[in-house]
Amino acid sequence: MRPILLQGHERSLTQIKFNSDGDLLFSCSKDHVINVWYSHNGERLGTYDGHNGTVWTTDVDPQSRFMISGAADNTLKLWAVQSGKCLYTWEFPTAVKRVAFNDKGTQVVCITEQRMGHQCAIRVFDINQEGDGTKQSKEPRYMFNPIGSKATVCAFTLSPDIIITGHESGKVALFDVRTGDEIESNERAHSEVVTDLQLSKDRTYCITSSKDKAARIHDTKNLMVIKTFNTETPLNSAALAPNRPYVLLGGGQEAMSVTTTSLRQGKFETRFWHKVFEEEIGRVKGHFGPINTIAVHPDGTSYASGGEDGFVRVHHFDESYFRAKPYGDLEIID
Amino acid sequence: MPEPTHLNDDGIDYSDIEAKYQVQYDEGFDNILVVDGVPIIDKSKLEKLLTKVCKEFGKKGVSIKPDDIHMPWDNASGKSKGFMFVEFRSVDDANLALATIHNHPFDAKHTFKLNRFSDVERYSELDETYVEPEEEEYAPREHLRAWLTDPHGRDQYVTYRGDEVLIHWHGKPSKCEVAHKPDWKDFLYVAWSPLGTYVSTLHRQGVRLWGGSSWKPQQRFAHPLVKLIDFSPCEQYLVTWSNEPIVVPEGALQGPQYFSPDDEGNNIAVWDIKSGDLLRTFSSSNDGEPASAKKQMQWPILKWSPDDKYVARLTPGEMISVYELPSMYLEGKKSLKIKGVQDFEWCPMGDKEKEEAAVNGAKPSKKVRDNILTYWTPEVDNQPARVTLLSFPGRSILRQKNLFNVTGCKLYWQNQGDFLCVKVDRHTKTRKSIFCNLEIFRMREKDFPVEVVELKDTVMEFAWEPKGDRFAIVSSSDPNLGNPGPGITIKTDVSFYQLDRAKNDFRLLRTLPSRTSNSIRWSPRGRHVVLATVGSSTKSELEFWDLDFHTDERKEGQTEWGSGIQLLGTGDHYGVTDVEWDPSGRYLGTSASAWTHTLENGYAIWDFRGQELVKQIQDRFKQFLWRPRPPTLLSKEQQKQIRRNLREYSRAFDEEDAADASNVSAELIAMRKRLVDEWNAWRTLRKKEIGLDREGSPSGKDDDKEEIEVWIDEVIEQTEEVLLD
Repeated sequence: MRPILLQGHERSLTQIKFNSDGDLLFSCSKDHVINVWYSHNGERLGTYDGHNGTVWTTDVDPQSRFMISGAADNTLKLWAVQSGKCLYTWEFPTAVKRVAFNDKGTQVVCITEQRMGHQCAIRVFDINQEGDGTKQSKEPRYMFNPIGSKATVCAFTLSPDIIITGHESGKVALFDVRTGDEIESNERAHSEVVTDLQLSKDRTYCITSSKDKAARIHDTKNLMVIKTFNTETPLNSAALAPNRPYVLLGGGQEAMSVTTTSLRQGKFETRFWHKVFEEEIGRVKGHFGPINTIAVHPDGTSYASGGEDGFVRVHHFDESYFRAKPYGDLEIID
Repeated sequence: MPEPTHLNDDGIDYSDIEAKYQVQYDEGFDNILVVDGVPIIDKSKLEKLLTKVCKEFGKKGVSIKPDDIHMPWDNASGKSKGFMFVEFRSVDDANLALATIHNHPFDAKHTFKLNRFSDVERYSELDETYVEPEEEEYAPREHLRAWLTDPHGRDQYVTYRGDEVLIHWHGKPSKCEVAHKPDWKDFLYVAWSPLGTYVSTLHRQGVRLWGGSSWKPQQRFAHPLVKLIDFSPCEQYLVTWSNEPIVVPEGALQGPQYFSPDDEGNNIAVWDIKSGDLLRTFSSSNDGEPASAKKQMQWPILKWSPDDKYVARLTPGEMISVYELPSMYLEGKKSLKIKGVQDFEWCPMGDKEKEEAAVNGAKPSKKVRDNILTYWTPEVDNQPARVTLLSFPGRSILRQKNLFNVTGCKLYWQNQGDFLCVKVDRHTKTRKSIFCNLEIFRMREKDFPVEVVELKDTVMEFAWEPKGDRFAIVSSSDPNLGNPGPGITIKTDVSFYQLDRAKNDFRLLRTLPSRTSNSIRWSPRGRHVVLATVGSSTKSELEFWDLDFHTDERKEGQTEWGSGIQLLGTGDHYGVTDVEWDPSGRYLGTSASAWTHTLENGYAIWDFRGQELVKQIQDRFKQFLWRPRPPTLLSKEQQKQIRRNLREYSRAFDEEDAADASNVSAELIAMRKRLVDEWNAWRTLRKKEIGLDREGSPSGKDDDKEEIEVWIDEVIEQTEEVLLD
């Protein structure tokens, strides 16, 4: 499993994402640009230039036509994936921390930061897919301020207009975006800030990671905690490996204390855990700093990790990864 | 102008409340002392005497006036009665006077004897009738060695993490469990006694011993702020040390188990474990030594002879003082005055001697070897440095060896007392470089012959094989050796030596060059040895070696010298600070303690082949200690018998193992199956639900389907024919 090293960013990575076909990999970073790469060979396809601050988050619609990004310059931008043109820009009073498309690519949810007297806000925009995509409505379809701890991560669930959010306090909740009501919540999902939330392919469950050193699988219907993975390091990202019963966890010591420690103590490895047995299976080394974000190819054939060190490493799984049955012949439904 | 009244501003009279809460002044007689032994005088000398007495008291720091003294008179003779009452200003003054002036010689014929007035009263009113003390009912105590009766023959270990202590059983994977979870609070650390009978905790108030199957408190020793403890080898006595000198506060409990005012200022105490009585206290600072010249204190400061009969203490450069037990008097009423003496060690007792001592019981037979004390002295007064073996209590010199160009010596006894190695650090004439000699005394032979092993490098670590005739050394010629710094890992060589019985000298078995290992840990049963790199921030290797690794059964004599040395396995425990074998020599415990650093604290247990069995990473982990075992109760013959029939025993164990293994795996498989079933059930449920959802909404996937027609032209064959007319 020789990794492909993607060296296109000058600063640490914030989020990476495969498109639904898995042929493209989008990466955004603190150096203000978004890059897109061919996932099979690591060749850079292009750059989305236009943000004027740390790009915190990105997402691609299922047709790989539009890409959405949120940044610290208080803007949310819609891009044409193919041409690299910025199609539309929304402006907010504070930075955009998280964006996500719904399963059809018709809506986008975004979280804006709580800062300078402005509350943390969650907005849902309709995406007009007609024409060239430059005609978008300025006003959000829905907007509300979640009460209590601010939201850090979010995603659309299976049911229309219901989103799942992770919060700074460690809470995981379901919101109805039409009313802004909290439908369901698990206050004690984590004990510290939720750093990542990724959905399963069918959006019936999700995995969250947290600084409390744990990752958990939740049922998106009732927020029941299905599985818990306890590690010994703060986690920044967690991903589900399709078709194989594994989860991938990434993290490491806090970025600010990295320079004071050696690689070995930092625990900057991607950890593979068994999804059902909650046991660690293996680790992949490589990064020189904490892993900030992990994404797995939608077919489960490769994965990529983006680190505080500014590199993205794409790993294509070896044949043995698919053949190996470390726990014997067990049929585990994905 | 308001008129002044007795009432206060509000016009309320508080006098009743004031009367109620009036502070009660102590009106007892505690500040009055009776002074006996005062010269008998007549009236004319009274004034002179009183001034003299007042002056005498004043000298001792208690000022009194003649008015405070009441002198009773015998009116018949017109003379004083020889005692007086002195009233002090306070009880504290009275106490001080009691402490300082009691037994004070007033003049050649008279010595003051002071008593509390209240005591005199109390004792004179004492009930004279004898009351028979009630006989305490016999309460059977639990067996302190109950853990040895474990049917699986498991060993125990204690872990201390955060504020939590756990005592574990360690055996086969299925048989590892927590044996006890004590609720001990606020203590410095835990320690086992050398035979494993007790576990001790060091509290602010003193030391506490726990033991038995219930882990009840067994004994306590009130040494406030105790920091270090040391048990005697046979677990009869305990030495405690505190950096704070002993202070006996007024009104402290008195008795054989407590410090008395005589002990004030000392900071080492010796206790009898069974009775809990204090035997004697010492001061750790040597008399005559300037307080500023504080060196690193050696611990244990009191060294025990292996039979618990003597305990010795070194006054560097001057003498060794040996005390007898249990009286704790200086043996022979005098110390061994040895000019320049630097260090000493007792010769340990071999199993044979222990057995004999046990058989002979109380009456000492001639067979039992005298205790042997060895010490070394550097060059003093034109006398070369020398190592001396001294028998004790005979005090006869058994052997002496002179050494030259000595910088330092260290004494290493083999645990059976068969060999003594004196590691001599020597310098060249120019004193520029240091090299090392090992002077090995063979203690079981006549006249104690000495063998010298000369080495060019500096020896950092030396260790005898327990019960064996081999030793291992860590030597180094690394230039960084003298100046350790962070991040510097010193390159070392490890060498094994063995006694060649034919030639009667120690020969090199094998050298393992360029390692980083700096610790040697022999298995308590010998043969296996672990080399570890401890205290380095970059290296943390463990190497498991076997020194008698023979694949086929060959006779001892035929094997090639040093051919049996084999690396069994290697391990790595990041940040390891402590490495210890369990008492059976089957397992090795390693730990990374938060006392040294805070990276990946925790512990691991390995088998002797280097397989990691347990690994626990726990933040704030502090201590990992195996519970020691007392020597076996089986006689030599019984042990031989067992060794002969090993096959039969091992068969039973193999069967047990097999049953165990299948049990464990069956359990594990069942558990996994359950987990998978649960997961799959949940997944099918959810899948079914989405299936329904999808059907419910017309915008199913069917609409997105598109038909693609593909035409394929394929040339199957092409032939060219030439038509001929």
